[in-house]
Amino acid sequence: MSRVRRRPPAPVVAAAGVTILFFAIPLVGILQRANWSTVWSDLTTSGARDALRLSLISSVLAAGLSIAFGTPLAWVLARSAVPAKPLLRGLVLLPMVLPPVVGGVALLAAFSLRSPIGGWLHDAFGLQLTFATSGAVMAETFVAMPFYVITVEGAMRGMDQRYEDAAASLGARRLTVFRRVTLPTIAPSVVAGGMLAWARALGEFGATITFAGNVMGRTRTLPLAVYLELESNQDAAVALSLVLLAVSLLVLVSLRGRWLSSS
Amino acid sequence: MRARTEPVAALLVLVMLIAASCSDSAGPSSPEAGSKGEAPGLSGSVVVSAAASLTDAFADVGEDFSEIHPDVKVMFNFDSSTTLSTQILEGAPADLFAPADEANMRKLTDANLISGEPKVFTRNELVIVTKPGNPEGIETLADLAGAGVISLCGEKVPCGKYAAEALAKAGVTIDESSITRGQDVGATLTAVTDGDAVAGIVYVTDAAKAGDKVEAVSLPEDVNVIATYPIGVLSGSTNIEVARAFMDHVLGGEGQEVLADFGFVPAS
Repeated sequence: MSRVRRRPPAPVVAAAGVTILFFAIPLVGILQRANWSTVWSDLTTSGARDALRLSLISSVLAAGLSIAFGTPLAWVLARSAVPAKPLLRGLVLLPMVLPPVVGGVALLAAFSLRSPIGGWLHDAFGLQLTFATSGAVMAETFVAMPFYVITVEGAMRGMDQRYEDAAASLGARRLTVFRRVTLPTIAPSVVAGGMLAWARALGEFGATITFAGNVMGRTRTLPLAVYLELESNQDAAVALSLVLLAVSLLVLVSLRGRWLSSS
Repeated sequence: MRARTEPVAALLVLVMLIAASCSDSAGPSSPEAGSKGEAPGLSGSVVVSAAASLTDAFADVGEDFSEIHPDVKVMFNFDSSTTLSTQILEGAPADLFAPADEANMRKLTDANLISGEPKVFTRNELVIVTKPGNPEGIETLADLAGAGVISLCGEKVPCGKYAAEALAKAGVTIDESSITRGQDVGATLTAVTDGDAVAGIVYVTDAAKAGDKVEAVSLPEDVNVIATYPIGVLSGSTNIEVARAFMDHVLGGEGQEVLADFGFVPAS
């Protein structure tokens, strides 16, 4: 199919230009605010290194958990006739639109030491999620997993299901069909959804500080460190923000390469 | 084609979420406009940037002020004093500044942003707060070390600096990995009332506000630290007349009475 490329009308281009400025100006703002001579030393203080390390670990774990637990859920949502599916999907996607701090309050109500579940976990297994890295990972997963689920579910619904039917008619069991046909077909979406979830987990702030607290080396991830450094050392806050910006932009640009320009 | 549009939609949502989370969330709040009273002719609105520990007391003071001056609207911006002074230095519009320490006021006087002399209008003290019933049996600052996760304010926020002073006076060191840091005193208190922090150091007024959700353990005078609260009118105020009237009201009998009701200590 060949398509004639026509330029959009000038007013549309102008309006789009304004929109681009809307997104670009804050970016330029933070770049010109950065104190480039101290960026490296600001990023290598022990506090900053702790936050970088912790953010990397917790966000990778959150993305991994999202893939491990989100894939079966996406499969169920895309393929099976579970009752009240819109409600179920709404429940799963809720953290995408909920203010993260509300998610943090909800997690706290459900899993703090004084809650029934949190108290039981502590008494039975000595497990405490609050003020622990496990709690930070949980908060990040809570907020990030919906991005994975929505991406993979969409891919499963959109793929050509005749290949699955063909495999099934040739005698493949359902799990085999999933592993040998469905998963390879949607692999790009698994990668894209995983990266989206990872980027979101990396930037998670509200749920983490509310539920897991702000403990150096344990739950003080990059965004929390930025927030705290704003009070004392703005150069350091900007330097840490630049890391988050660079990584997020890299993820989005690489996803675009995978998803929009491949035709 | 549908396979492609949904990840794009997810991307758009992500971009919007990032944009939303970057926006300033601390909007000014305003008390209910007061009912009719004697109107000496002041009108317009003023924005008061005040320390988070003043939240409840200043809301009441603002209501009283609006009752006396029905045409005046007082709006508050409560946050940590350090955040507020940064906002004002960055050009955020405000008419009055009331931080919880003199260091943050000095940042603005040094930058010639304060009109006239700031005045100390009230004081506050520190207190240890624990879970109701004090299950860990915390009696002194020394008991905080090793008791579990302790909630303190950020190191550069006034309540965090005061807490560090008190701990230093008592010769107590708490390992940083056992400290969760709240961005302002409200967040620091919440970690004890609603979170799993074993104890925290906040102002006496915050402990009073939390009621029976915490147990307050007072500090002996020789280790306690007195927080002083100055107030000043910003030279960039667009309504200096009303701003001065509000400052006078805070320093006057009625304002002082409200502050005392909330547990603040008179300035002199």
